[in-house]
Formats: sequence, C-alpha cells, structure tokens
Amino acid sequence: MASVDEVLEGKSICICAGSGGVGKTTTSAAIALGLAAQGLKVCVLTIDPAKRLADSLGLEELGNEARRVDPALFEEQGVEMKGELWAMMLDAKATFDELIARQAPDEESRDRVLNNRIYQQISSALAGSQEYMAMEKLFELHTEGGFDLLVLDTPPTRNALDFLDAPKRLTQFIEGKSLRMFMKPTGLAAKVTGRGVSVALGVFKKLVGFDLLADLAEFFNAFSGMVEGFQARAQRVNKLLADPETCFLVVCGPQGEPIDEAVYFHRKLVEADLPFGGVIVNKVHFPTDGHAEIDDLAGALADKLGDPELAKRVAANFADYQALAERDAHNIDHLASELRTSCVIRVPYLDEDVHDLAGLSQIDRYLFATAEERVEMAAGRA
Amino acid sequence: MRGYSYGTPLFLPPSEIARNQPIPELLDKRLVIVTGKGGVGKTTVAVALGLRAAAEGKRTIVCEVAAQENASRIFDHASVGFHEVEMEENLWSISIDPDESMREYVLLQLKVRAMRDMLFRSRIFNYLAAATPGLKELVTIGKIWELAQLDRKVKSGRKYDLVIVDAPATGHGVGFLQTPRTFASIARVGPIHSQAETLDRFITDHENTGAAIVALPEEMPVNESMNLERDLRDEVGVAVDRVYLNGLYPERFKKGEAEKLAQLAENENGAAKAAARAALSEFHRAKTQRAQLGRLKRGVEAPVKTLPFLFEPELDVEAARRLAGRL
Repeated sequence: MASVDEVLEGKSICICAGSGGVGKTTTSAAIALGLAAQGLKVCVLTIDPAKRLADSLGLEELGNEARRVDPALFEEQGVEMKGELWAMMLDAKATFDELIARQAPDEESRDRVLNNRIYQQISSALAGSQEYMAMEKLFELHTEGGFDLLVLDTPPTRNALDFLDAPKRLTQFIEGKSLRMFMKPTGLAAKVTGRGVSVALGVFKKLVGFDLLADLAEFFNAFSGMVEGFQARAQRVNKLLADPETCFLVVCGPQGEPIDEAVYFHRKLVEADLPFGGVIVNKVHFPTDGHAEIDDLAGALADKLGDPELAKRVAANFADYQALAERDAHNIDHLASELRTSCVIRVPYLDEDVHDLAGLSQIDRYLFATAEERVEMAAGRA
Repeated sequence: MRGYSYGTPLFLPPSEIARNQPIPELLDKRLVIVTGKGGVGKTTVAVALGLRAAAEGKRTIVCEVAAQENASRIFDHASVGFHEVEMEENLWSISIDPDESMREYVLLQLKVRAMRDMLFRSRIFNYLAAATPGLKELVTIGKIWELAQLDRKVKSGRKYDLVIVDAPATGHGVGFLQTPRTFASIARVGPIHSQAETLDRFITDHENTGAAIVALPEEMPVNESMNLERDLRDEVGVAVDRVYLNGLYPERFKKGEAEKLAQLAENENGAAKAAARAALSEFHRAKTQRAQLGRLKRGVEAPVKTLPFLFEPELDVEAARRLAGRL
C-alpha cells in the first residue's frame, strides 16, 4: 500500500488537516523533511501559535517569511539532505496587514483599514482569520516562492468544518454587500426597504451599542476599494485548493474520537470537491506477533527471565498493550472502510517524543515505507 | 507523587470518591474552566471533576462549548444539545450552541418572544450578528455565566452549585476567555458594554472562578501548558489552580529489569519477543514521561497533579469515575 512519496508524487501542495492534538505539526514537518531529503525544495508552513514547529526544527523563531533550515543541522542530527528544507511560521495578523497593503489603492486607504478597530479585531482575533491567512500565504508562496512542494500544517480548529468554511465566512464578511448598502444613510436601499430593517438595525444598535455600528460602517467604507481585489484573490485561492496538484492528507490518532473527526473531515473534503490523498494515523499500537494467554506467557517468561514476579508484570503489560493494539486495529479498519481508501499510513507510538530532526526522520522511516515494511519495522525486525 | 503499580484497584465507588483527598480550592468555586491543548483529555477531566463534585453532593453542570458533544459520548448518551440534561444524580450536561445562546440572550433583553422571533427572521440582523467579531464567543460565555447564577433569569432554570466548562483548545482558549474584555472595549456604551464587563469580572474573580489546565507528559504539551498558564494569568487575568498531567504511565519496570528485557527481546521470537518489546516501550515511556513531569513542575506555578494512563480501549464514564478519585 501507499507511502507518502507515492501519494505526493507530482503534487506541489500538501495540506495536512485534522483535529487538534493528533500530531499534525510533527507530521507536516516530517513530510517536508523527508521529501527535501530526497532532493526537493520544500517549504513547510505552520500556523500553530505554540511555535511547535520552531521547536522541532531547532529554530528560535520562524517569523512571517520562509527561511531555509540551516543545512548544518541535518548533518549534526545524522540526516542526509539532498534538497532544501524551508520553514515558516504564519503570523496571521502580519499576513493580513501585508495583504491590505497589497490591495489598498493608496496609503490613506491602507491606514484607514489598518487603524480600524473592527479590522484589528478581525485580523488578530476572529476565528477564521488564521485559516484564511494560511491560504493566502500558501497562495503567495505557490506563485512566488519557487518551491517544488509546500506542506501546510493547518490550525487547530475546533472542528474540521471551520477550516474549510472560515475563508468563505471571512470573505463574506469583508464583502458585506447587504450591510454596506444599509450603512449608507442616503443609499437607495434605505429608502425602499421596509420597517423591518430599520427595527432590526435599531434593536441591534441598542444591543451592541452605537459605536460598534459606526466602526462597522467605517470599516466597510475603508474597505470598499478593495473588495473586488479580495474576491478575485479568494477565487484564485479556491481554485488552487481544488487543483489536482494539491493533496489533502487527513491526520488523526487511533482513538475513537479522532477517528470520527477524520471520517467527518474526509466527508467535508469530498463534499467540497477537494482532492483527498490519504490518511495518516499517528501513535498506533501495532499488532504484535504471537498471541498468548497471560498465564501461559507468564509461565514461559518466568523460565526465560528467572524471575516469576517480573514475568507476571511483563505478561500483564503485554495484555494491556494488546488491548490497545486491538482497539487501534479495529478503529483503523473502520476508518479505512468509511473513507473507502486503502491509503492509510500508520505511524507507531514511538518510545520517545518527537521534537527534533532525528525524531522527524524516525517518523519518515514509516511515512516513506510500504505497509509491509512498516509492520516489519514496528515488530523490530527491520 | 504516588504512581500506581499494576494490579492496584483504581476503581472507587462514588462514596469513596467523596472521601478521597478533597480538592476544595477547585470544587468550592462557582465556575471551573478546564483548558489545555487539543487531544489531552480535557473533556475526560471535566467530566471527572463533575463526577467528583456530584459525589460530594454539589449540583453540578458540565458545559461544552465547541459543539463536539464529547461529554455525552463519555456518558454514552445521545447528543444533549442546548438543554440541561441530567446524566447522573447531581450531574447535568449541556452543549452550548452560540446561536441558541444568542436567541436566549436577545429574548432576555427584549422580553417579548414575538419581537425576538421577528428580529431573527431579519436577514440584516443575522448578518450583523454573524459579522460582529466575538459576538458568538461573548454570548457563549454569557450563557456560562447565566448557568452559574443563583438567581437565574431563564425560566425554570435549575440552580447549580458548580459550573464546569470544557473550554476550547489552546490557541482558541485564551482568545475565547478574553472576548468579554475585548468586547467591553469595542462597545463602549450600551447594555452589552456593561454586560461584557460583568462577564469579564466574573471570569477573573478568583474567589468564584477557578481554572485547571490539562496536559500530557510530552514535550510540546508541557511547553504549551507553561505558556497557557502565563497567558491566562497575564492576558486574561485568570489564575490557574491546578495543572493535571494526564495519561501518566505507571513505572512497571526498573532499570535493571529493562536490561534483562532488552536481552529477551534480542534473543526471543514470537510472543516472548513482542512482550519484552512492549515492556521496554512501557519502561522508556514511563521514564521520559517522568522527565516531562519534572519539567512541568518546574515550569508552572500551580500545583501539578498526575492522572494515570488508563489501559482501556475507550474512555467511558467508568474510566472518568476512576479518574475522579484521583483529582
């Protein structure tokens, strides 16, 4: 069955998606490292506010532009590097500001937007702006960066749906067609619309306070010259996401909850006509060789170890491990059948945490192996 | 720190839960916020705290805010939705939907249901509500506050002694809790301004509001927990009462034994080899996890409490009950 390099053959964008805490950041970095090691020029973009990728790559700070990972680092950690690995940590606010500067017709309009409080809220705090800016940066690097492959680590959304919907929600907000019309006191709309609208506006004003409405009006005015530019760009971003050269990988863990999330997310991808490549399940307890009853095993081990009490503990621990391995196998079977895919890449629960290049290349051994090789490695035979 | 060895009964009946190590500083609050990175077991800990409080006779409600319904999953209960559903004696659960909270809030403001319904039928109103940054988060926190009131405005509202919130994952978490303050500064006048201030005061009132961070004994979650404690304290003004290190492996094997096991793994095949390898993995993980525990203890101000890894396929209410005895 497939390995990551087969799945990503001929792709120029890889988007790792999934719920929080399943190892998306690590997986993204490992994929980027693996393909860079094979000779590609790869850039990994992460959005995580906890600077996890910066830690994994031994970088103090990634900043809002792509930087090449120091080749000396690979040598230090015994990783052979044929290509180039670049990394960046997305600063959503800075990206949004850059975008405004790009789209604004003049400095005055730019500053009006940048200084608007609604804008400041949206660009830094509104759920969805991170996702939107991730797409933006992805698009920018794709058109201007000269990379063979971009790997995007998606933000830890509350649920998978946010990630796909957020950009759309945000553009709708910025467009705000209906609202902008109502904001203009002399606009035609204000004259022809009925009492319902003015009541709604009145109540809303009462609810949130007048200042907010004024700020919104100011925001839409300041933004008015840029709406078309934003729309055009958003369309190009959407096209890029649906491009056959783009590949979505769903990342999850083997427990019931992340598996359900992965199934849900896959469904959303299919509904949105986005190219799904495969699923990576992290921290899997691989099935073991041989299946023995605890007591039999404890007896057999007691002879070998010369310590019946230790043998008992080893056997009991093994029973616990097997229960987890069975659960994982069951959940992964369920996942594969729900997704109707054979492309399920399992990465074992490693003994050590992964937070450096050596750890990432340890993961790459599994990501870039065949299914058979993975089983062999996990059983300690390869 | 007390680890547990294999075979120690973890299960404690409800009566035992109440007697085992009281945690007054958390459960005597009106509101407890449970937060942490995604996938660390926030919901399990929130439910365990709820079970513990309920066992102590406190009328408790566990609130989910991300519409994931993980708590009802633990209880093996159908979705609870925007209803206060009784899960056990003294224990309720609700999934707070921002749209429903908004409807309820507006009704409380307008007093007239027909007027509220008319408003929600208006496209412009819905647009404004969706477009206002942070409004959803604000009404969600508003609902949490409402649940914690002894004199509830909602008709037939039950009185709770304790409200436990299963907060959104880190990243969203701090921003979520900051919403009232941000809102109070944007909307400088009007009813929402004073309400946002009330919510902010409520969240940052350490007499009544407590917070617990859930972490895993791994490098990144430990780093994030340290940052989270700092951000909660410095940016939101919420003091963290306790950090739960969840999923700690027991120390089942000693160093000398590990050497024997390594030999066994090397020389054997089949089940014996696999069992030796599984034991070695357990040994290594237990060891690296202890190192992370040490880092966490040095890196946070709040007391750290460990919760054992549960070797079982799915975490259900009985698993949460076992953890409840160890909070």
